[in-house]
Amino acid sequence: MVAVARLDNAPSDAKSMAFWLGTRLHNEPSGGVRDQMQGGFSAQPGHAERSQSAPLMRIESVGKRFGGFVAVDGVSLEIGVGEFFALLGPSGCGKTTLLRMLAGFETPDEGGIWLDGKNIADVPPHLRPVNMMFQNYALFPHLSVEGNIAFGLKQAGMPKDEIAARVAEMVALVRLQGLERRKPDQLSGGQRQRVALARALARRPRLLLLDEPLAALDKKLRAETQAELVEVQRRLGMSFIIVTHDQEEAMTLADRIGVMNKGQLVQVAAPRALYEQPDTRWIAGFVGDINLFEGQVMSQGDGFVSVATQAAGLLRVAGGVEAGKSVCIAVRPEKLSLSHGLSSHDNNAQPGEVLDADYLGGLTRYRVKLAGGDVVQVVRANAAGNDIPFAAGQQVMVSFAPEDAVVLTQ
Amino acid sequence: MKSRRIFTRPARIAAIAPYLWMVLFFLVPFGFVLKISLSETVIAQPPYLPTLDLFGGWDALRAGLAKFSTDNFYLLATDDIYIFSYLRSLTVALVSTAILLVIGYPVAYAMARLPQRWQGIAMMLVVVPFWTSFLIRIYAWINILQHDGLLNSLLLALHVIERPVPWLSTDSAMYLGIVYSYFPFMILPLFATLSKMDSSLLEAAADLGCSRLKAFWLITVPLSLPGVAAGALLCFIPIAGEFVIPDLLAGSDRMMIGQTLWLEFFTNRDWPVASTIAVVLLVLLLAPLLVYEHIQRKQLEQG
Repeated sequence: MVAVARLDNAPSDAKSMAFWLGTRLHNEPSGGVRDQMQGGFSAQPGHAERSQSAPLMRIESVGKRFGGFVAVDGVSLEIGVGEFFALLGPSGCGKTTLLRMLAGFETPDEGGIWLDGKNIADVPPHLRPVNMMFQNYALFPHLSVEGNIAFGLKQAGMPKDEIAARVAEMVALVRLQGLERRKPDQLSGGQRQRVALARALARRPRLLLLDEPLAALDKKLRAETQAELVEVQRRLGMSFIIVTHDQEEAMTLADRIGVMNKGQLVQVAAPRALYEQPDTRWIAGFVGDINLFEGQVMSQGDGFVSVATQAAGLLRVAGGVEAGKSVCIAVRPEKLSLSHGLSSHDNNAQPGEVLDADYLGGLTRYRVKLAGGDVVQVVRANAAGNDIPFAAGQQVMVSFAPEDAVVLTQ
Repeated sequence: MKSRRIFTRPARIAAIAPYLWMVLFFLVPFGFVLKISLSETVIAQPPYLPTLDLFGGWDALRAGLAKFSTDNFYLLATDDIYIFSYLRSLTVALVSTAILLVIGYPVAYAMARLPQRWQGIAMMLVVVPFWTSFLIRIYAWINILQHDGLLNSLLLALHVIERPVPWLSTDSAMYLGIVYSYFPFMILPLFATLSKMDSSLLEAAADLGCSRLKAFWLITVPLSLPGVAAGALLCFIPIAGEFVIPDLLAGSDRMMIGQTLWLEFFTNRDWPVASTIAVVLLVLLLAPLLVYEHIQRKQLEQG
């Protein structure tokens, strides 16, 4: 009866394969399909070259509702060839729903998803040249490591010897040699995670989707696996989209990060820009820790604004916002300096009292109560030959350079 | 030494309880049956010999044991009646189990895919008929299937048939009764395995290029095999020993082993042969159980 089922599905599989091959042909960097199918992974062109080509995926005004709940709300985004993109957001922000629409498990209510110029919004998951790594790995418990990795290749109708070669290659890629015949429940969490990765990569998708792939691993293993993921992605030159709620993970892995909140994509930027130049108060607070000073612009000029704040008096900060507007000055804890007397560059200096100091190993985190009553966070590295640490109850000066703060209008 | 004593006294008693139960209510009665099967029929009270004198000392016991014979087993192996009865029982059990599986699997699958709140209701619908006595339900089938029963009346009224069809006292009626009676025993284990299956596995299969139908064959079916085995055994074993349904619904020309046993016991008053039939049936049904045990143990080792 299995044979009957196979015959029934032959056309759709053939289509899937053709689609897969077709898209491979389209953006082949070198060597063409033959090389790609037979040989190892060929060398990929550098990043700069890739980013200039047309985007691999274009997501346009995509929306999805579940009953009255808007899960994804008008998201537009372009993913480049070979890009590692992270969707970051708190739980329930719609990032997983967006990912599931890219994989084909959900159909968008509005908007379109183009992959290599084809609208795939209504293409069922088994016909998309996209693969997904599931949060719980979703390994087939009745199949061995080999069987799991070979599953997608068999569906594509690949000849047996080529499947064997590809499986061996994948096993080597994720360093699972010797475990080929184990069943998933005979593997550790980290090993299962790698089988899931190998299985998703085996078909050499144009785009790999990863749904919280490291959430189930402990901290140390997670750090190692992050490094491996980046290495694999660079080596294969595939585009990866990862969904995560862990901002550190997003920053470690991704070339660009898209922050989502309440179904909307609120900012897309490289990790550094996202951290240093957040667009809104919410993003500033969500990505890392931040000190916020609400105030009103008094004057602007020469690329600086003067802002009158309740908490810290008049602050001079780099930026360009017209006078009279209500703004918020955002300063990262590590951009604030502490000193005993007046600091040498006494820009934006405020007196305060150290409330407590938490020694965190590499860092010490202080909470300082400013004269105005607000409490700010200050982080100092415990560097070699560091000056005298500050103790609770001490009077200090808190200061920051005008270039180290951001003026937020939203 | 102390650390090796894992079980406290109550825990040890609790662990012994099921074995005690098995010894008291299975092994001891089985010992009686086995003993009677090795005896010979006499017109007496009780109707077999020898009767062991357990308190007459060693010699009396040995004298009794010496009279045991395996003649009844030889009879069973050589007489067509018994061989055909066993074959009929196994055939009926096999065919019924196959029908139950073919009907039960899609039903259980559909139930497992219902929204959570409907699953309970569907389960109720499967189980509710069993709140009525089994015998009453079989008699109801007689009412439906008999010469001037509901089925014939309906078909005559609809002009599908011109004269009443003899439904009752046929193999079809018997299979109908068996499938009807054992349906929940097939459904429940199947439903249990199918409903706890992780739906993300099917999504993963789709993601890897598998159509829905193919994913069903490659993922759902293999993963539901333990449920299939459990359901099949839960049906096969009691059906093989079934007495009431074939007696009431099937014709009287061919007998299942349960009917033959009844005949030997009550009509012929041949306790030793009846006991022999029971012992052989038990041994025959032990085989599929052992196979199931083996499969389960292998799965446990993997899990």
